[in-house]
Amino acid sequence: MNEPMVRIRGLSKHFGGREVLCGIDLDVPAGSVMCIIGPSGSGKSTLLSCINHLEPFDGGRLWVGGRLVGYREHNGRLHELPERDIARMRQNIGMVFQQFNLFPHMTALQNIIEAPIRVKRMRADQAKQRAMALLDQVGLSQKQASYPAQLSGGEQQRVAIARALAMEPQLMLFDEPTSALDPELVGDVLAVMKDLAKSGMTMVVVTHELAFAREVGDELAFMDAGKVVERGSPRDVLSAPREQRTKDFLARVL
Amino acid sequence: MPSNDSALPDRRRTTELTPEAGEAGRVVPLRHPWTWVASVFALVVAGAVLYSVSTNSAFEWPVVAQYMFDGQILLGLARTLELTVAAMAIGLLLGTVLAVMRLSRNRLLSTLSWLYIWFFRSVPVLVQLIFWYNFGALYPHIVLRVPFGPELYSASTNAVITPLTAALAGLGLAQAAYTAEVVRAGIVSVPPGQTRAAKALGMRPGTIFFRVVFPQAMRVIIPPVGNEVISMVKNTSLVSIIAMAELLYTAQLIYARTYQTIPLLIVASLWYLVVVSILSVGQQFLEHHYRHRT
Repeated sequence: MNEPMVRIRGLSKHFGGREVLCGIDLDVPAGSVMCIIGPSGSGKSTLLSCINHLEPFDGGRLWVGGRLVGYREHNGRLHELPERDIARMRQNIGMVFQQFNLFPHMTALQNIIEAPIRVKRMRADQAKQRAMALLDQVGLSQKQASYPAQLSGGEQQRVAIARALAMEPQLMLFDEPTSALDPELVGDVLAVMKDLAKSGMTMVVVTHELAFAREVGDELAFMDAGKVVERGSPRDVLSAPREQRTKDFLARVL
Repeated sequence: MPSNDSALPDRRRTTELTPEAGEAGRVVPLRHPWTWVASVFALVVAGAVLYSVSTNSAFEWPVVAQYMFDGQILLGLARTLELTVAAMAIGLLLGTVLAVMRLSRNRLLSTLSWLYIWFFRSVPVLVQLIFWYNFGALYPHIVLRVPFGPELYSASTNAVITPLTAALAGLGLAQAAYTAEVVRAGIVSVPPGQTRAAKALGMRPGTIFFRVVFPQAMRVIIPPVGNEVISMVKNTSLVSIIAMAELLYTAQLIYARTYQTIPLLIVASLWYLVVVSILSVGQQFLEHHYRHRT
């Protein structure tokens, strides 16, 4: 069997005295879409932030593309790497945030070309050309000169997706990408994500959009209190949950 | 209350819509008669002051005109501007370093920065200036050497501390303490999500600071730093106390010789007015430049 894109074994993390992740095991095969659902405070966003080392963890192992992220192993212990080494690893992992986090002092186009130029040392004209293609892909080629404040939430989030894709990542992380959007804007963002999944991108999506998870997800994990309580095909988990906690959660949100 | 009872029907009569009247539905705004009285009073006072200033021969306006573009005065003005720029440059650079230290997770660095800011904000700049000027009394020799190794540089303190270096040290080091707080507030104002997004794109800490955090912090930093520059122009006059020939001290040197104290102070004041006015306009341009497009 091929090495999965993301492999997580026994991942644990504390905030102060509270355990937010307790021994997570999870595999995300290359080219698949993993959706993670669960009540707020269940640790799902924290887990996502561990995958590109925006959050350090205390125990366990985490590999992306077969390489440890954020640490090197020496004599059976993990040693945190310096920032510049971690930065290099993050280039291959795109991330989209709930609050978009576009750079407000740059136009849509500048937001997209910033990292390819500064991090990958891409030529400006080449970066611009690719950025225009990405804006077209997310349906915003008219908005290249707009500043984030001039865009709707849905448009900002699509620019944010284009910005992450501009680094040509092997893996995309989505942290509740539609939770901050007005209901009528959710559809456009989900459509872009669906196209991305169809193109074969490996995706980990923390979401409350159960319909999206059912339609696009290859696998669904339900998290509660820092544990993966249940996982399986989205259809099975959503229609016929085995665990009581999953049943309770679905009863509350459906 | 009886007064209320009697006022109520009156008010109703004026606001009631009366279709048969020509001004149906017209709203009568509240009059402010006292504002007019105050305005007239202010105008009379201003006129009196202007009249007195222009007619009192003790102002010696011809002398003011004579010295306004005097070579010595212009040289003093140049010193004032140079001192402002140099002291602000020291203040901004050191202040940014102090702000970053202050925000460091390392307790020692942030405490040292806090102590610096506490000390240099607490002691009056005038005292600091005199102190630096007399530094030689404290350390007669300045020696730079590798610890337990050879001397790299050695000089008599009095040769190093001229009025210029004392002025730069006094104004620049104190300014750094104020600027540090302004820069810190600017950096803190940038939401943490910005840094997270930049990290997620694979940017290194230096790139994140200069490309993402600092440009956004500038929006918060510019207005107060503009005020600090304006304060600095005027604070440079403090260095007249250590005989540095900037604008005020140059004026003092002249009137010590000619006894035309008032007109020369007016010359200095007019130049401060001109410089500060120009800077105020510049500040508006900068604020506009760093404002987010909405």
